Amino acid sequence: MAIFINETTRIIVQGFTGKIGSFHAQDMINYGSNVVGGITPGKGGQTHLGLPVFNTVKEAVNEVGAEASIIFVPPAFAADSIMEAADAGIKYCVAITDGIPTQDMMTVKNFLRRFPEDKRMILTGPNCAGTISPGRAMLGIMPGHIYMQGNVGIVGRSGTLGYEAADQMKRLGIGISSSVGIGGDPINGSSHRDILEKFEQDSETKVILMIGEIGGPQEVEAGFYAQAHMSKPVIAYIAGLTAPEGRRMGHAGAIISSAEEGAAEKVAILRELGVVICPTPAAMGETVAAVLAKM
Amino acid sequence: MDIHEYQAKDILSGYGVKIAEGGLAYSPEDAVQRAREIGGHIWAVKAQIHSGARGKAGGIKICKTHDEVEAAAEAILGKRLVTHQTGPAGKVCSRLYVEAGTDIVKELYFCFLVDRSSERIVMVGSAQGGMEIEELAANNPDAITKIYIEPAVGLQDFQAREMAFALGLDFEIMSHAVKTIKGCYSALRALDVSMLEINPLVVTRSGELLALDAKMGFDDNALFRQLKISELRDKTQEDPREMAAADRGLSYVGLEGDIGCMINGAGLAMATMDMIKLAGGEPANFLDVGGGASAERTEKAFRLVLADKGVKAMLVNIFAGINRCDWIAEGVVQAVRKIDMKVPLIVRLSGTNVEEGRRIIAESGLPIITAETLAEAAEKAVQARNEVVAKEAALEI
Repeated sequence: MAIFINETTRIIVQGFTGKIGSFHAQDMINYGSNVVGGITPGKGGQTHLGLPVFNTVKEAVNEVGAEASIIFVPPAFAADSIMEAADAGIKYCVAITDGIPTQDMMTVKNFLRRFPEDKRMILTGPNCAGTISPGRAMLGIMPGHIYMQGNVGIVGRSGTLGYEAADQMKRLGIGISSSVGIGGDPINGSSHRDILEKFEQDSETKVILMIGEIGGPQEVEAGFYAQAHMSKPVIAYIAGLTAPEGRRMGHAGAIISSAEEGAAEKVAILRELGVVICPTPAAMGETVAAVLAKM
Repeated sequence: MDIHEYQAKDILSGYGVKIAEGGLAYSPEDAVQRAREIGGHIWAVKAQIHSGARGKAGGIKICKTHDEVEAAAEAILGKRLVTHQTGPAGKVCSRLYVEAGTDIVKELYFCFLVDRSSERIVMVGSAQGGMEIEELAANNPDAITKIYIEPAVGLQDFQAREMAFALGLDFEIMSHAVKTIKGCYSALRALDVSMLEINPLVVTRSGELLALDAKMGFDDNALFRQLKISELRDKTQEDPREMAAADRGLSYVGLEGDIGCMINGAGLAMATMDMIKLAGGEPANFLDVGGGASAERTEKAFRLVLADKGVKAMLVNIFAGINRCDWIAEGVVQAVRKIDMKVPLIVRLSGTNVEEGRRIIAESGLPIITAETLAEAAEKAVQARNEVVAKEAALEI
């Protein structure tokens, strides 16, 4: 099963003919992803990397049955591209773009909520490495070869720290069902909690590793969700135990953010909620192995 | 990006927010001249630095004569002010704002910011304004009103009224209060403001609602479309090393320790710093070299890390995705040769083309310590640092 994508998922690339889009589209094709075309407004009708280019996402949905999309559009235009994908009926979208203005993301989230839940596109990112279902499909910019196929679900904010986790597991012979990057921006498409929900429903995933960071309420929210609604073990590592407190201006942040945003506080709350804690970033693989051994 | 009080007030007054009469001064003479132009018998001389709590740090002085204005300006200009928001290094004041004194009846707290949980703009206010607002939020959260704004339709009049009543404002100034609140919101939406704080917002004896202080922070990701705002950047208020890094497309934060770091990705950087600490060391910096780390960028990153003379060992941890280990390795070898490094260097490479990368390091003939895993890298870095410190101690004896 895996979540979001597999070998049959029909994928399009938005920002297809640009340098970055081309490079990663080719990389995804090489991995075995079912890329069926791409979008570059004004270049519709052309062929790129042997695949059709469309002017709009709607055309791609109608003509090649596009289901999932990946966005390499520059920050100023990325929000528009995400909304175009949602409007065209794309089911799952990964936004790789880094640097999208926060207010644009507020507009995007608001736009997505207008759709009834069964017709609502799922967005992960922006500012992420994407999603991979090892051995099946890659919708992202990660080095595909470091992921082994298996039963552990990974969700994390950081790209390279996610690679680190996959690498530690591979060294121990542990594989991954899907690895999902939710991105480092303050407002993102899906939260840790949203992804835990998908992994709970996925028959192939046995345990989940959540890789969090200081700042924001999402890890704690996910912990409460796991305690109340999940049968599968959740393991967490929270980066930033030694990170300096963010310098800021004014009191506004301190009033709205609670004490739950420091790494140590997050770890304490998650442990209380029954989440297994990785004590160090070098122990992500071992901790997962220990949990699997007990099952 | 943050701006100064006087800049924020200038922007807000254009959106219908009332402010006291005031002017900018770069010298004590300027300050007296501004006081003359403003007239009256009482003035506030305010340090313009990117921080709140300036009063406690001696950055705000109330003056009753022109001589007092001059003396206050003399005392504040050029001074390094340290508040809990600036960090221990403090911030140097090179501009003053001289403002007409205000006869205050009531001090209120008011702000707008982006709330990550609800993914909306939230408006926060309290009738108990002034400096102890953080304590109030912790001890008496009921004294604080939060109103969330639906992004598609924006701030409504009823919400502004609700806030005005929560602030305890009289009905006589309701229409003015609504105009002030909506003006702030308009500025926030039009200018990609991520945080706008008026503390205090005051009611004057003559019954006016006045922004006595104003702080604004802007979304860095949106500066490409806010060119006028970008021009307000005051580089003297930012850490010079962080500025230099940002100009080179690197993300750097200076810290107190002595193990320099160069890592790709913010998450892996934080994790590596955690590992250094767990191994008994202290990181000298946070440095994310990002995705496309070329040889040129690698060299710049090395120079940045080593510009900190306190660095006793340097750790490079790269997990190559888009990057390739062989490119990184070449960049590292080139940088070490060019810079003439004096401190031990520990390199851990992983990911795309790792074998090739390790071969380049090994064949360079340079005294680079290599590590395969994150734990090994951190341990070797701390060990190398300890040896350097021990050697230094032996030399002193």
